[in-house]
Amino acid sequence: MILSKLAARPVLLLFGLVAAFALPWLIYPPVAMDIACWALFAAALDLLLGFTGLLSFGHAAFWGGAAYAAGLIAVHWGVPFPVAVLGGALFAAVLAVPIGYLSVRLRGIYFAMVTLAFAQMVYFVVNQWRDLTGGENGLQGVPREFFGMDLSDPFFFYYAGLPFVLLGLFAVWRIVRSPFGRVLVSIRDNPARAQALGYPVERYKLLAFVLSAGLSGLAGGLYAISHGFASLHEVYWTTSGQAVMAVVLGGIGTLWGGAIGAALIVELNDYLATAGFTETGLVTGGIFVVIVLVFRRGVWGTARDLIAARAARRSPAAGTDSAAAQVEAPDRQEVTAR
Amino acid sequence: MDGPVLRAQGLVKEFRGFRAVDGVDLDVADGSVHALVGPNGAGKTTLFNLLTGFLKPSAGRIQLGDRNLTGRRPEQVARLGVARSFQITSLFAQLTPREHLQLALAGGSGITWRFWRSDRALDRFSVRAMELLDQVGLAAQAHIPAGTLAYGRKRALELALALALDPKVLLLDEPTAGMGVEDIDRTVDLVQKVRQGRTVVLVEHNMNVVSRLADQVTVLQNGRVLAEGPYDEIRDDPRVIAAYLGEAPADAGGGDAHVAN
Repeated sequence: MILSKLAARPVLLLFGLVAAFALPWLIYPPVAMDIACWALFAAALDLLLGFTGLLSFGHAAFWGGAAYAAGLIAVHWGVPFPVAVLGGALFAAVLAVPIGYLSVRLRGIYFAMVTLAFAQMVYFVVNQWRDLTGGENGLQGVPREFFGMDLSDPFFFYYAGLPFVLLGLFAVWRIVRSPFGRVLVSIRDNPARAQALGYPVERYKLLAFVLSAGLSGLAGGLYAISHGFASLHEVYWTTSGQAVMAVVLGGIGTLWGGAIGAALIVELNDYLATAGFTETGLVTGGIFVVIVLVFRRGVWGTARDLIAARAARRSPAAGTDSAAAQVEAPDRQEVTAR
Repeated sequence: MDGPVLRAQGLVKEFRGFRAVDGVDLDVADGSVHALVGPNGAGKTTLFNLLTGFLKPSAGRIQLGDRNLTGRRPEQVARLGVARSFQITSLFAQLTPREHLQLALAGGSGITWRFWRSDRALDRFSVRAMELLDQVGLAAQAHIPAGTLAYGRKRALELALALALDPKVLLLDEPTAGMGVEDIDRTVDLVQKVRQGRTVVLVEHNMNVVSRLADQVTVLQNGRVLAEGPYDEIRDDPRVIAAYLGEAPADAGGGDAHVAN
């Protein structure tokens, strides 16, 4: 089983890379770019939701804030688009410092509500500051400058933008599997215990929040450059909701599940829109409810569990750990008997 | 045994008018094992939470040596050398015992901020982690998720985690709670072993365990200190007997019988 597990990782990675590179051949290239951006956004949110145990309902502030920041940098300074995208990510990370500082001390639903409230404030500012952001019209005419190269064809721009997404996904993976990531998981599972071990829990949460926001910003900035404009919709609360939905659909705490969830949602939205169906929320919402009820752990999480269960059935050796635990379990019964 | 290493003066914790801890003075002598006993609701765990920063006192002062601990946060208290275990087993379900110990050991090194490094960087703590696991008899289960460990083994891991911080003062909240006889004996032996070079404060219901471990016993009732002294004195104190009467006199008696054997 260990062998197959070792082999599975590179195979999955290869499959993911092939899928990422083949995407604009299979579907409409601008939609492919949307999927890539949303995949990174969902993975960045999962860093917080799945690995730190914080449900942010305000990540539109970072995705959308970076969209505007990247757009403004590109419009006003005419710099190559990577500079604008990275500038957007940096803006989102900086914006996350005060927001995170004021919200990470809260738990559960209170954290969700406060992040939502901050995101609504960002929305308000963007909507009101018309001179800068264009208000309801959005920020238009964002160029895709890259040393005079012609990137106007979405097919080619996909390959220009993809490295940022892959880099961002790699960063999320790296963070989750770092010493820092280990502390995050311990905080998620048992914050009081982490504190008793000497970890300043809130500061760790704050850094996780800032990193998650910066990576969401990387995705949002790229999205704005890809579309050639930043719209008010990017900072609206439904964008936060859709990101949470992508993570839940794919599987919380699965990292790659969020990318699958994002692909499902973006593709479905696009399909419904081209079919002339206007009530997309009705359909995506319905599918969301079905998936959450049927696949408790999301699409990817459920698939992973099934594969693990099958592998465990095939090789009896894999079951020994749990068997050993059960043998020792009478310990516990003595307890209740006392 | 010199002066007090841990000292509380006039400690009060009030929850909406209810005084869970009501003016407690406590001097824990350096190098001693000091037991806190008392009926349920006497304020033992609240006192623990005050001493470790998990609760802020409404009044009073806590000192570690000549350092003021009052109002410090739990992680600061831990770093200053007061480590605790939890009454209700409190672990990270997904992590293995070895990973638990790595985290406990890595705390002071700054390495846990490095989000750009592989978690293999934590392997440098593996040797010490395995030593500690071996000490509490957990080496064989070092690599299975802590959530699947049997109850007694989880308690052992709790203890190993507190030990990993190499604390001056070790606070154990009912280390034998819910254990069978064998595990209790093992835990008592372990505490005897790890008390070398440090001070231990324990909350304990099992009088047998208290009699075997404690140099000094403080009896709490209704948030106040009822009596204090060596176990043999406390046992015969009529006020203590009265406090326990109807509570668990058979338990205390049984413990003595066991010692006599």
